[in-house]
Amino acid sequence: MWKGSLGLIALSSLLASGAAVAQEKIKVGVTATLEGTYTVLGEDGIRGFQTALNTYGKKVGGKELEFVIASTDATPDSAVRAVRKLIEQDKVQILLSPLSGDEGIAVKNFAKTHPELTFINAASGAQETTYVDPAPNFFRYNMDGAQWQVGLGKYAYETKGYKKIATIGEDYSFVYTQVFGLVLDFCAAGGQVTTRQWVPLGTKDFASVIAALPDDVDAIYLGLGGADAVNFLNQYQQAGGKAHLMGGSILVDQTILSAKGSAKNALIGTIAASGQADTWEDPGWQKFVKAYQDSFPPEKRFPSPSLLATNYYGSTMALILGLRQVNGDLSNNQAQFKEALAKLELDAPNGKIKLDSNRQAIGTNFVTEVVDDGKGALFSKVVKVIPNVNQTLGYDQAVFAKIGLPSRTVPECKKY
Amino acid sequence: MHVDGVACALFWVCAPVGASPRRPRGSEVADVTRFIERHPAWALLAILAIASLLWLIFAIWPPGLEEAFGRKKVFLNAVFNGITLGGLYFLVASGFTLIFGLMRNVNLAHGSLYLFGGYVGYAISTWTGSWILSFIVAFIAVALVGVVLQIAVFRRMEGQELRQTMVTIGLSIVFADLMLSAFGGDFYQIQTPRWLIGPLELPLATAVKSSGEPVYLQYPIVRLVIFAASVVIGVAMWLGLNRTRIGMIIRAGVDDRDILAATGVRVQLVFVLVFALGAGLAGFAGVVGGTFQSISYGEDTRFLLASLVVVIVGGMGSIPGAALGALIIGLAEQLGSVYIPTYAIAVTFLIMVLVLALRPQGLLAR
Repeated sequence: MWKGSLGLIALSSLLASGAAVAQEKIKVGVTATLEGTYTVLGEDGIRGFQTALNTYGKKVGGKELEFVIASTDATPDSAVRAVRKLIEQDKVQILLSPLSGDEGIAVKNFAKTHPELTFINAASGAQETTYVDPAPNFFRYNMDGAQWQVGLGKYAYETKGYKKIATIGEDYSFVYTQVFGLVLDFCAAGGQVTTRQWVPLGTKDFASVIAALPDDVDAIYLGLGGADAVNFLNQYQQAGGKAHLMGGSILVDQTILSAKGSAKNALIGTIAASGQADTWEDPGWQKFVKAYQDSFPPEKRFPSPSLLATNYYGSTMALILGLRQVNGDLSNNQAQFKEALAKLELDAPNGKIKLDSNRQAIGTNFVTEVVDDGKGALFSKVVKVIPNVNQTLGYDQAVFAKIGLPSRTVPECKKY
Repeated sequence: MHVDGVACALFWVCAPVGASPRRPRGSEVADVTRFIERHPAWALLAILAIASLLWLIFAIWPPGLEEAFGRKKVFLNAVFNGITLGGLYFLVASGFTLIFGLMRNVNLAHGSLYLFGGYVGYAISTWTGSWILSFIVAFIAVALVGVVLQIAVFRRMEGQELRQTMVTIGLSIVFADLMLSAFGGDFYQIQTPRWLIGPLELPLATAVKSSGEPVYLQYPIVRLVIFAASVVIGVAMWLGLNRTRIGMIIRAGVDDRDILAATGVRVQLVFVLVFALGAGLAGFAGVVGGTFQSISYGEDTRFLLASLVVVIVGGMGSIPGAALGALIIGLAEQLGSVYIPTYAIAVTFLIMVLVLALRPQGLLAR
């Protein structure tokens, strides 16, 4: 996997160093978490990006698109460093960045210092990025963590009969946003959230955290991803854990469902919600899955694209379609391009996407359940499809503003 | 060989061969009495601390305490996890400190050896399906790497500490990138054998049901087994160092290499042996780490850092120091992650800063 992305990096740097420019080029910088806890997520994001290039091509209006990939490790400073390097050294004009929540907030703030450039969010999902003081040149074509949880709480309470749950999540903005969405939904339905535990991103030893999980709840919600989720599930199995589980968007995802070992089997039957579902029958989705599968040999990809691949695909698609609309014209500080992006309506694999006035996606959400396909492979099965989910989750602007911003303790568990 | 009783015997460096005149057996009992006579307040505090800890572990907690401090199950688990995690840290740090103790060589590629061991263990366990075999092969493979390192690198720059340190930093970067290209940035977990999956009921009551029936602590078997293994290894290392001829030679080498060489011992051979043992232990620890956590790119620096903190707290070059340091750091990490999760990361470094400020040579250094 790494070799593939390394090859791409090498290739793009080779292209970048080519001195003789035969035709005009548009330089695009891409960042992904190719290091640290979210390595696997970053790698699959890049796969989604490559799938989009295979589908839409790299030429717009006679101009060649040229990509430079930089690696980050999910920390905000690594993202800003990568973006700064892409702008200052590689002289990119458009950025496709970043992957993770805290990175998104930092890159959004950084985007304000370069108003002439265009930033297209690759996959990050913290609410604050586009909700608080948004940058006019930052566009997000994926939903945020709270939007991705819409429908889960109600389904858990009404259909599964979970009345009391506890949450455990990584201690940063994206998971705050996910728990925010979950708690609003679950508590509005009448449920009760007893405790919310937070662990640092990159935790290896979950044994004590597992021991501290309450016994008197109907289900435990896991807001974990990447290596943290694999470590947690492994140690959860070793500790003999048997509670019902609920999952965040990057827990019930091929990055975890196709991990090696048997610990992931604890996830069978887990309900979750996300911006995609593996087994959705929509022809657009199926076409994307096939394009993804055809782009890489089976051992170098997941059986089905992860949420990250889908997000990178959508962002790259928006980039290319936006550029096509202006015929690759980036003059006048990219004004026409930005205007085209703001108006763009994407027919993305995971449903229709359009942007609101903060340049934040309004899209489709999926409630899912993990199933075994009979051959030992796990997939997320669609339970419910919810179209047109906006950033205020259907709440009135004023009411939504009163709830507060996602944090360790916000929102309170009550009806708003 | 003399035996200085239990306490001092564990602390093998406190009575090295030929360094100090032999003391009569039971002298540490006298030490303890002397300590109590000199610092009665501190002694009282220590006794109280130990007694309250024992009470916290064995007694059923009154409801008031549970309210203020959380459930006993959580506390007990955190303590056990701290001790077992300490076992893993000890395995890594003991090799590190052993090499340093004898050769005065700070091997900053030690983390790479750990990671390499983990990868070898993973490859073997997926290939053969045998968990035990993965330990043996990882130990031997990494020990061989250690031998090559000692012969090809360290022997060429003996006594030049700064140069060795720089070279090992360089090597660790090269190793990290080589392993990255071979194994990728993915996470690997070594499969726990079936008989080790699941919890074991320990005879420690955590609560009493309303029917009067006690609820016992459930604890993952695999962690207990791994902890037992690290204790066995620790004891074996102590026995090897204190009861065998080769151990005596190593201890003599720690004190004075030149005189030892002058007595006709082939010091270079001893160095190779110790390096192989230290490296092999790191490889062994890699398999342990891959079993109850996971191994991936970046774990090398994490464990190098952990072993540095452990030996700085415990005292450079001291095996019992490594054991004590590993226990303190493991407990601090786990209790911290439960009771002060936000600041848990800072706790270990705070301990290191305190030790460096108050006792810069480490808690159990000579």
